[in-house]
Amino acid sequence: VIAMWALLTLHRWIIHSGLKICCMLLSTQSTEAKNSEDIRCKCICPPYKELPGKIYNQNVSQKDCNCLHVVEPMPVPGKDVEAYCLRCECKYEERSSVTIKATIIIYLSILGLLLLYMVYLTLLEPVLKRRLFGHSQLIQSDDEVGDHQPFANAHDVLSRSRSRTNVLNKVEYAQQRWKRQVQEQRKSVFDRHVVLS
Amino acid sequence: TMDNQGYCGESFNSLQSGTSDEDMVEIAGATLDFSVTDDVPPLDREYAGEKSNNQGNCGAVNSTYDAMAEPVPGVGTYEDFNTIDWVREKSKDRDRHREIASKSKESTWALIQSVSDAFSGWLLMLLIGLMAGALAGGIDISAHWMTDLKDGVCLNGFWFNHEHCCWTSNETTFMERDKCPQWKSWAELIIGHSEGAFAYITNYLMYVSWALLFAFLAVSLVRAFAPYACGSGISEIKTILSGFIIRGYLGKWTLIIKTITLVLAVSSGLSLGKEGPLVHVACCCGNILCHLFTKYRKNEAKRREVLSAAAAVGVSVAFGAPIGGVLFSLEEVSYYFPLKTLWRSFFAALVAAFTLRSINPFGNSKLVLFYVEFHSPWHLLELIPFILLGIFGGLWGAFFIRTNIAWCRRRKTTKLGHYPVLEVLVVTAVTAILAFPNDYTRISTSELISELFNDCGLLDSSKLCDYINLNSSKSSNELPDRPANSNVYTAMWQLALALIFKVLITIVTFGMKVPSGLFIPSMAVGAITGRLLGVGMEQLAYYHHDWVIFKGWCTPGADCITPGLYAMVGAAACLGGVTRMTVSLVVIMFELTGGLEYIVPLMAAAMTSKWVADAIGREGIYEAHIRLNGYPFLEAKEEFGHKTLAMDVMRPRRSDPPLTVLTQDHMTVEDVETLISETTYSGFPVVVSHESQRLVGFVLRRDLVISIENARKRQDGIVSTSHIYFTEYMPPQPSTSPAQLKLRSIMDLSPFTVTDHTPMEIVVDIFRKLGLRQCLVTHNGRLLGIITKKDILKHMAQMANRDPDSILFN
Repeated sequence: VIAMWALLTLHRWIIHSGLKICCMLLSTQSTEAKNSEDIRCKCICPPYKELPGKIYNQNVSQKDCNCLHVVEPMPVPGKDVEAYCLRCECKYEERSSVTIKATIIIYLSILGLLLLYMVYLTLLEPVLKRRLFGHSQLIQSDDEVGDHQPFANAHDVLSRSRSRTNVLNKVEYAQQRWKRQVQEQRKSVFDRHVVLS
Repeated sequence: TMDNQGYCGESFNSLQSGTSDEDMVEIAGATLDFSVTDDVPPLDREYAGEKSNNQGNCGAVNSTYDAMAEPVPGVGTYEDFNTIDWVREKSKDRDRHREIASKSKESTWALIQSVSDAFSGWLLMLLIGLMAGALAGGIDISAHWMTDLKDGVCLNGFWFNHEHCCWTSNETTFMERDKCPQWKSWAELIIGHSEGAFAYITNYLMYVSWALLFAFLAVSLVRAFAPYACGSGISEIKTILSGFIIRGYLGKWTLIIKTITLVLAVSSGLSLGKEGPLVHVACCCGNILCHLFTKYRKNEAKRREVLSAAAAVGVSVAFGAPIGGVLFSLEEVSYYFPLKTLWRSFFAALVAAFTLRSINPFGNSKLVLFYVEFHSPWHLLELIPFILLGIFGGLWGAFFIRTNIAWCRRRKTTKLGHYPVLEVLVVTAVTAILAFPNDYTRISTSELISELFNDCGLLDSSKLCDYINLNSSKSSNELPDRPANSNVYTAMWQLALALIFKVLITIVTFGMKVPSGLFIPSMAVGAITGRLLGVGMEQLAYYHHDWVIFKGWCTPGADCITPGLYAMVGAAACLGGVTRMTVSLVVIMFELTGGLEYIVPLMAAAMTSKWVADAIGREGIYEAHIRLNGYPFLEAKEEFGHKTLAMDVMRPRRSDPPLTVLTQDHMTVEDVETLISETTYSGFPVVVSHESQRLVGFVLRRDLVISIENARKRQDGIVSTSHIYFTEYMPPQPSTSPAQLKLRSIMDLSPFTVTDHTPMEIVVDIFRKLGLRQCLVTHNGRLLGIITKKDILKHMAQMANRDPDSILFN
């Protein structure tokens, strides 16, 4: 139970911190000094006479981003440079590798946590419960499911006002309620095909 | 206003309450009082009442239980899968606003509270924009990376996708823009070299395996944590915005799972898009952030205003089109769209677009992958092929809707629906196996559209742009029409095969149990068709420039035909044919191009496609799915043209038992509980007596249940034989009889009524405009029956010769 609670709070904390990191990255991206690897000037030069087309990449700043600075070594002799450069197109681009790295790592960690939790719920929890509490508890928790009365919600509303003093009991109760909700949703969507077909 | 809050001490003058026909006196008293205390806010009326009355309704010690001493938690909330009462919600909000406005004159703190209450709406919009923009940026970056993961890995840092891996490299060549030694395909990693049949087979196997893995993870996560996260979500959001309640549909688990599995589903190569699910994600953000503000948390009608704005935010981040997003929300998704919401939606959409721009997922500050940058002119005669594209779009739209609905219906009713995970895996396997050999289906659909929208210049080296350059001294813009080389012909038949593949596979993909959107596949189908037609026209104009139709404007050496523009118009036509969007589609497309040059072709194609599609089938894809699921959605665009009357639709019918009513002072707790358990109606009218059938009000089942249960638990003396009173004053009882229960506060004192001869056109109009859930029918002043929204929907289905039992909810 403690593990479940820790997992749930860790979840929410990760989501919140992930969002915070994203927002922080947005704000710091413009203020901190740009990594020199994250800017480039890309010049695309099409085929000219016998020369094949070529792409030139250099990390220079925006004011130096033109054909004369970037295209090195110049493949044509002096008098043709202007004609060659007229056909080249130079663009200044920048990116934030920190944002990309942070996003991918956050995404993979959330995905990993969810997968672990799913494995735990489907495989480990029934085994653990059976070992700790025996068969009777398992059957009891299954009976809570399937309250199809339209007033399951009404009873929920009233019972929510009863106070629960024990924190762990609260977590357990919240988790049971969530599981019941997911099971109801699964019944409507996957089994009875009532919603979202 | 309705007196649902039930402030105690509402006394008028010292009038006795009669139990039968002294009602006239009571009513007269009520009118007198209302005229005097017209604009006094409820709080003041309470004080005035307490001073002048000695009836002892409130605070006096007696054996009656006044159910309105404090509001019972749960009264005023709604059941799952039920419709809200718009009128009640709106008047609750007006009461709350009046209370705050009147209190604000009392102290500085109250003034600050009233200012912050007014400001809270804008703060909420700002937060929604930030959150949705951040999530969309994260989704874009992750989807890009994961899509490329099927092809290989970057040794520089595994988090870079192909393009970013080779960003700083000097090894890229003109012909192969993305070649660099740091990016290794799976064949290179596994067997060491990247050429040859063995490498091809290895790449093929890895592609299919990764696709299957992603799809399996997606569907398992959806099934295990949030089954509501599947599908596109726009149909359900439309229904929610019209007043339906689906608990959990916009919750935090649905948000998390939808975000994560959307990336997985898009990366697995399935023929689906992420625009529809982004609308769902944005609405989830909106719903979750509403819980921070009491004003929106407690009121369902205000919350739906916020959700309309959130839907606009969703489209805005999907296409980088804030105005298009707002118009999409107005046209497609929202039901009631007050003018105040228009400005706020626009603000939220702008904030989201700005946030997305700062995250910069695509580099170059582009917001969407297929941003179009050409501005070549078009000629009036080209309207003919554009209209042809529109006709194709309409035909494809109607065809797609018919086949997709048939497939979904089969999934709903036969054994196919029992194996959702297997279905996803099989479809992914078929898609991956058929998509890998063709270059144009192997890349992601957004990249395909981006390549098709691209106008070929000297700087392009893709297969599609392999033209023979005759005159090599021109600059890179303004190229004349050139004859096609062999690569272009290869690309043409590959694109034709891709078109057939996409048309067929999207039918089975949309509606599967993973998040799936429809915009990108439709645009891809249209773009392929448009490009094929455009290249055909271009070559025709080049080789036959002496024909009459080309003579005036397409001289050799001029740049007359832009195939990229045809692709764009085709994409707009197909998207319009499927979704039946009009203004929002044109505005989204013109925001994608950044200019007004192409508005006329886009409008021509969109209008033609909508007319052709409407001629074949009335509904767009989202309305068709609403109809398939049986949601209680009263279509605002349809005209009701039949001459039926209210008495033809109302219940009870002539052969049914009479209407189940409650009387205002003759019922006991046991009677009411028996009634509730024997029937399934969600509300009961309250009448003066069974003989007179004169209407007092309307009470909801849920409120009755909660109030009675609450009274039984909290108040001693309430037993099964206690009397229930819906009247203003309860008659004094001897102390030996059990305590009385007054439930006037939960009763709606102003239910809407129509007479039995009211034409159904007017009744339907009333339901639409006011957002009613039920309406009572009277005859000569006496209560005769009731019409609910479900009855109206069934009646409309019957009139259109559809199955009335397909309406499942009420």
